[in-house]
Amino acid sequence: MADGGKRAAVWEAGPVRAALRYGVICAVALGVFAAVLLLAGKDPLKAYGDTFSYTLANAEGFSELLVRMTPLLLTAVAVALPARLGLINVGGEGQLYMGAWLASAGALLFPGLPAWMLLPLVALLGFAGGALWAAIPGVLRAARLVNETIATLLLNYVAPLIVSYFIFGPWRAKEGSAYPQSSAFAEAARLPSFFNTRVHAGLLIALAALMAYWLIMDKTRWGVDMRAIGGNPEAAKRLGIPVAAWIVIALGIGGGFAGLAGMGETMGIHGRLREGLSPGYGFTGFLIAWLAGGRPLGILFMAFLFAIITSAGDTLQITQGLPYAVINILLALILFTVLARKAAK
Amino acid sequence: MTTPLGLGVLAGAILSGTSLLYATLGETIVERAGIVNLGLEGIMLIGASVGFAVTVASGNAWLGLAAAGAAGGLANLLFGWLVVARRANQLASGLAMMFFGFGLSALVGAPYVGAVITGLPKWRPAWLASLPWVPGSTLFNYDILTWLAVPVAVLVWWALFRTRWGLGVRATGESPAAAFASGRNPAVLQFQALAAGGVLGGLAGAHLSLSLTLTWAEYMTAGRGFIAIALVIFSKWNPLRAIAGALLFGGAEALQLQLQARGADVSPFLLEMFPYLLTLLVLLAWGGARRLAAPASLGRTFYGSQ
Repeated sequence: MADGGKRAAVWEAGPVRAALRYGVICAVALGVFAAVLLLAGKDPLKAYGDTFSYTLANAEGFSELLVRMTPLLLTAVAVALPARLGLINVGGEGQLYMGAWLASAGALLFPGLPAWMLLPLVALLGFAGGALWAAIPGVLRAARLVNETIATLLLNYVAPLIVSYFIFGPWRAKEGSAYPQSSAFAEAARLPSFFNTRVHAGLLIALAALMAYWLIMDKTRWGVDMRAIGGNPEAAKRLGIPVAAWIVIALGIGGGFAGLAGMGETMGIHGRLREGLSPGYGFTGFLIAWLAGGRPLGILFMAFLFAIITSAGDTLQITQGLPYAVINILLALILFTVLARKAAK
Repeated sequence: MTTPLGLGVLAGAILSGTSLLYATLGETIVERAGIVNLGLEGIMLIGASVGFAVTVASGNAWLGLAAAGAAGGLANLLFGWLVVARRANQLASGLAMMFFGFGLSALVGAPYVGAVITGLPKWRPAWLASLPWVPGSTLFNYDILTWLAVPVAVLVWWALFRTRWGLGVRATGESPAAAFASGRNPAVLQFQALAAGGVLGGLAGAHLSLSLTLTWAEYMTAGRGFIAIALVIFSKWNPLRAIAGALLFGGAEALQLQLQARGADVSPFLLEMFPYLLTLLVLLAWGGARRLAAPASLGRTFYGSQ
């Protein structure tokens, strides 16, 4: 029973069959979602067709998929790494906001630094912001006081309020914009982007993070320790593994990756700190990590798939006049299908 | 004469606490049957949006209220199909329900954004209206959900602790195998608990849209579902203690609204954090004691007795 919950059983038969099975799962979910859209008086075929032609059929659309994949990869690793210890981090959203916030603080406080100093500084601060935010539920869990699931969920509601406080208050841009936002960051704090698209260096950071996750988990002693805790915390403790410390560290590192996602959105895309930085990237990252069973290649594949699916949310908004949040139904249907297909044991 | 701050907070605590209490009671029943539903936030959103949509479409808030309860119950049965019939992981299924609620409520509510309703009728007995300050506040001027909140809590307590059905539900939450061995059907009891809990969760959401704000807005429950889950722990899975918990947290929300309304020199964003931080603090303070009070098989999947 214990292992059944942690990973989607779909992956047990190797990557090729897993990909096939996910094809079937997505087809079922897309079919049910189409029925829901039809019931709402919308045109699902047009919505799916538009999404395809906006994202996959031209170079610009494809580049936007990579832009969207960047935070998703990072928030997925933010979930996958603590999950190896059996920890459920549902706080990626809040950690993303805190990373964006601390990185912005660095960019606004040291606008005069040259790029080779400022960029690493804001990246480090982005990581630290998310890491410290995630360390709060980490410490509470390690001390066996509060379950990390509920603590990370609650903190999701606090972090955006901190960001709002700063952009409505001390950091509000002077150049009279009705839109609450910070002043523009110095050019030196902006992540470089490539080929005249919005694809920015954050994508390289995200891929490096995924790589680091794979290396740490599968190739180092630390990974062995962490997986031991995930397998049997009691036994791990008797083996002399510092379980409490690892809980804080794993949640902290995970939160740091989500913080990098927030840093990437502010430094790579907006160039300012704004409200509504993330249309639920933290939650989508959770789905990606869970559906991928924590496997690095699975995360890469799923992040790409979910970049397409969440693009469909934009399509619904633009061409069908539906709120973006409606796409959550499709995400839920995919999850339902995976959860329900698991054979009874 | 302006209302004193304390009275304003108390009045607000009762209004905000109503929704929290129904949600907490619903989750208490479900958890007593051994199931954690992290999707409560989504259930509340479904209740809020369906209740509002039906009220606007029919012009009748009572129909809206009934539809919200029914929608909440049905949504929880879907959750039950996953975790009881398909034996899926409860935490993952709960989060899936949360996403489902986010999306479905946005879809249902979209045509009704900006619609105006009069909401559930409120009434105040004349003899209470003659007390000092009462006419100037919302005290004792309540809709049916607020008037019935405490009686419903007592009813839930009675059903759980004084009936055969409640004994079966609690036995299932402690040990489904033992409940099965004593001739009960754990799956049926869990479905019944989920249906009851879903109705209460739907009503909790409807109270927000049909009485408190009289509007529909995406994500309008703003984490109250998660606060209610924390309140279940706070109240040690006891419906009567949940009354105190809901008042305390309703009070936290009311205090920040009162301070904002009175022009306190604190950023509204900082004030808005207060209920979430208080929830964490309370969980922290209760952390050690809760393992003793929780149903023993909470969150575990029952694979039958074969």
